[in-house]
Amino acid sequence: MSLTETSAFEIAAEVRAGRLRATDVLEAHLANVAARESEIHAFNTVTADEARRSAEAVDAAVAAGRDPGPLAGVPIALKDNMCTRGVPTTCSSKILEGWKPPYDATVVERLAQAGAVVVGKTNLDEFAMGSSTENSAFGPTFNPHDVTRVAGGSSGGSAAAVAARFASLSLGSDTGGSIRQPAALCGVVGVKPTYGTVSRHGLVAFASSLDQIGPFSHDVRDSALLLETISGHDPLDSTSIPQPPLQLLGELDRGVKGLRIGRITDLPGGSEPEVDARLAEAFDALAAAGATIVDVELPSMKFGLTAYYLVAPAEASSNLARYDGVRYGVRVDAPDTNAMYMATRAAGFGDEVKRRIMLGTYALSAGYYDAYYGKALKVRRLISDDFARAYEKADVLLTPTSPIVAFPVGSKVDDPLSMYLCDVFTIPTNLAGHPAMSVPFGTGAHDLPVGMQVLAPTLGEAVMFRVAAELERGVR
Amino acid sequence: MSDHTSARISADAVAKVARLARLDVTPDDIARLTSQLDGMLEHFADIDALDLADVEPMTQPYPLVNVMRDDVVAPSLDRDEVLAAAPAAEDGRFRVPPIIGLEG
Repeated sequence: MSLTETSAFEIAAEVRAGRLRATDVLEAHLANVAARESEIHAFNTVTADEARRSAEAVDAAVAAGRDPGPLAGVPIALKDNMCTRGVPTTCSSKILEGWKPPYDATVVERLAQAGAVVVGKTNLDEFAMGSSTENSAFGPTFNPHDVTRVAGGSSGGSAAAVAARFASLSLGSDTGGSIRQPAALCGVVGVKPTYGTVSRHGLVAFASSLDQIGPFSHDVRDSALLLETISGHDPLDSTSIPQPPLQLLGELDRGVKGLRIGRITDLPGGSEPEVDARLAEAFDALAAAGATIVDVELPSMKFGLTAYYLVAPAEASSNLARYDGVRYGVRVDAPDTNAMYMATRAAGFGDEVKRRIMLGTYALSAGYYDAYYGKALKVRRLISDDFARAYEKADVLLTPTSPIVAFPVGSKVDDPLSMYLCDVFTIPTNLAGHPAMSVPFGTGAHDLPVGMQVLAPTLGEAVMFRVAAELERGVR
Repeated sequence: MSDHTSARISADAVAKVARLARLDVTPDDIARLTSQLDGMLEHFADIDALDLADVEPMTQPYPLVNVMRDDVVAPSLDRDEVLAAAPAAEDGRFRVPPIIGLEG
């Protein structure tokens, strides 16, 4: 097996044991980048020099008899909305082009302490707003399975970097499906943990009551390993749940015997027929492994899209007020500050970001707050209450991750609403703050990957990973 | 393009929101945004029929209250490094154009 097909779990074990060199693992991945990055465009920045220094330090530590940590020598890519000291962090926006953060995000520090090797910063929809990574100021990311198609989004670069084996692991952020949907479209595992499980200190904020960082990997075990490493309380994030890191690796082989898997009987329709067929097969696989399938209803789920596209832009319009040409990024000069703000923001933000800032500002403005933002917060409660009732009957729920497989580049860019509909199955999770993950489960139209989504209640990661591991076994 | 006045949001409202959001917009931008926002607001009307009178708004998924950390002296960001990343700096501070300016 080549070094780029070796799992992160095995790479770390071999490097720690001194049987494999981190530098060799890194060079194998950089060779893949050299061969295919020009047609994929997974990265905004490849940090090859820094990565070589990190890998050499890992090898030196092992040679000196020290343990570099649980991710020793594992190449990892970071979504370019996570701050890396001295390395450009653009959010794929012109407004931050060239900005080098003066500090590392907490996840970046934890990865360094665990011995991981950061290979670069990955492309995204500008400020994580989108479902295809076509809203990047630096051009789209293309799907490694078919480069005429999108990688999904907004963490499309992170999903593609793992799918193309440019990195063994990657991190993304998920506000309405931005880890799970690109994971499904690129045929990799993607996890959105419980809100507050992974520190967001140093993650550029999009919608603060929804954003959460999580892993991409080739298999369920590697995501468990990465999530164990980056989770746990951080005093620098006031929304961080005060608890120790998650323990997940021990759950993977427990099977699903006796677990109750919820089937949502009123799941919004419109999925491709192959996607519906894979969902039926996934239920069959879990039932065959000893789980019980139970029917649940989520009558408010269909209103999730509306609640999300009011709440998220409202929060974004506030969070993105900080891009004013004063403290970081670009400035368009003007005679006074107000004119400078307006010119800088008009030149620096792309169309989708402007659209959401406008929508959010409108939803929060005097006279419309109650009709839009206030109402959306109440619908959010209804969805959360629906989930609470469903989880009285089921341990986890199962849906497709995306109603459709990867779509052709350019096919949805002029129709924002049809792009938003890609997130219909992923959005409710973020509104409720729950964990959910996408696991590759066969293929659909055009032989493209299909992902199944396992949803669990707050801090239900252990049972979620158990079911995900069983689905993975069901495919093999 | 002519003034686009739609059922749910007017071009005047869009222009006003753009000012509130500190975004310079052209007449073409206003026409396009008015049409796009109108389409979205039309879709969002699906929640209008819901009876939400007795529903408590949900602002946070995992409410933590009064989150405090110990008041411990620790290194802060390096001032020169921060200012080096700014568009303009002078005498250890961010430099901006006049605040009281030509526009009201």
